Amino acid sequence: MLELRSITAGYARNAPVVRDVSLSVAPGESVGLLGPSGCGKSTLARVAALLHRPDSGTLLLDGEPVRHWRHRAPRARRTAIGVVFQQARLSADPRLPLTDLIAEPLRATGRGGEVPARVAELAPAVGLTPDLLTRRPHEVSDGQLQRACLARALVLRPRLLVCDEMTAMLDASTAAALVAAVEDYRAATGAALLAVGHDRTLLERWCDRTVHWDGLA
Amino acid sequence: MDPMAPVLSVRGLSVRFLLPRGRRVAAVTDARFDVAPGECLALIGESGCGKSVLASALLGLLPGNAQTAGSALLGDLDLLTADERTLARTVRGRLIGLVPQSPAAHLTPVRTVRSQLEETVATLTATRGRAALRAAAEAAAERAAFPADHLDRHPHQLSGGLAQRAATALALVGDAPLLLADEPTTGLDRDLVDRTVDELRRHVDDPRDGRRRALLMITHDLAAAERIADRVAVMYAGRIVELADATVFFGPAGPRHPYSRGLLRALPDRAFTAIPGMPPELGDLPAGCAFAARCDRATDICAGPPPPGTLACHHPHVPEDVRA
Repeated sequence: MLELRSITAGYARNAPVVRDVSLSVAPGESVGLLGPSGCGKSTLARVAALLHRPDSGTLLLDGEPVRHWRHRAPRARRTAIGVVFQQARLSADPRLPLTDLIAEPLRATGRGGEVPARVAELAPAVGLTPDLLTRRPHEVSDGQLQRACLARALVLRPRLLVCDEMTAMLDASTAAALVAAVEDYRAATGAALLAVGHDRTLLERWCDRTVHWDGLA
Repeated sequence: MDPMAPVLSVRGLSVRFLLPRGRRVAAVTDARFDVAPGECLALIGESGCGKSVLASALLGLLPGNAQTAGSALLGDLDLLTADERTLARTVRGRLIGLVPQSPAAHLTPVRTVRSQLEETVATLTATRGRAALRAAAEAAAERAAFPADHLDRHPHQLSGGLAQRAATALALVGDAPLLLADEPTTGLDRDLVDRTVDELRRHVDDPRDGRRRALLMITHDLAAAERIADRVAVMYAGRIVELADATVFFGPAGPRHPYSRGLLRALPDRAFTAIPGMPPELGDLPAGCAFAARCDRATDICAGPPPPGTLACHHPHVPEDVRA
């Protein structure tokens, strides 16, 4: 599904935060990437989600090398990957009610017609009640907003889900609920998962395989 | 003063927010707890349950549309009725030291740690003169284990752990008898969480300066609470539903309130199953137990108000040894 080969990436020239890292995720497999804060694991997750162009190295999606990142990536590739970030507040447009937040990827890809059906299907799957869907981000809690962000990541039915510290800001019960929602989706669709985090207990419980950052380079 | 008398004594504390169109949000309802010197009380609960509102109420930092009831006695002073002048001049920093949620945002980004420490020392203590301030700031940094060679750095040049220590150093300058830590470990990784709470614990019963402080730590991180707390208060929908000894709460007997048990069951090293349903709206709470809708033990009497005391439940779990 996804293969990262000797990826080097960073934000400033001559100061890469990721050096020569390789990692692969098989179709349907769930891989946990474990590392301390500041080690560069989020940068690697962004590379895997086509959100950050690496300085060197190869990224293979379904065996084909990726040549374009961000908006230059072909739509079929971009939409094959769903991403959930750590900070729901920073990854949600504060003007959008949760329904529109969840529906945005459908509208952006010209599939607005599917919105009512898809939102009605996803909201209960991530545990959002109808009264919450009309609210804007400032009117819901962090946990509720992260549920909406997960629904947004699933709305295009991605074949790979990248969860970067999805539950780090959440209480134990909401964290368990979100992980269960991801696993239900994977069981229904056979999607693969790359879960990035620092909580060994969580990742080992959640994923088929957990790799430590130090073992990748 | 009695050395074991509580530093902070909260009775019947309620906070209501008045919103447009007559809506009222019950953010905190009838909170009652004490924190003694040398003791750490962990206030745990999910996001949006009212924990941080309670902390703001204690510091007099609630917005203008909030109404409070009850009392929060810090010595002889009622924090809820104290005027802004008293709060600003004698309470914040001097009687209550605040360890903030995100230290990186709490520190002034354009000034070095040393300059912020010196300013705080000059404001809160009688220390005067450049050399004396410099020495006092260095001593304050050392108390929080902040390395002296990082004092001339700006906040963005610090790692999360060092920023946390800098913020803790600032909280300790005024030598306050009560430390209030609001989610001090959010977003830190596990090693850093352990280190941060261990350091906080050290200030509760500090052998080096012989001071016994009280610590009220607000958190949703159960592992951090288990590591540091003497007692645990569980908050749900604005109400403290269970107040228990930490060794019992995290031990084999476990907590007694169904919500507390559900929270522990959700941990990845336990059952890893979420509590079904979602927490209720604080603007639209039921008259009875707010957890009843999600609770597998709920019966008709749960529609009535929960019993007062340290366990707000009509059907609490009974420990095995009591039943036998």
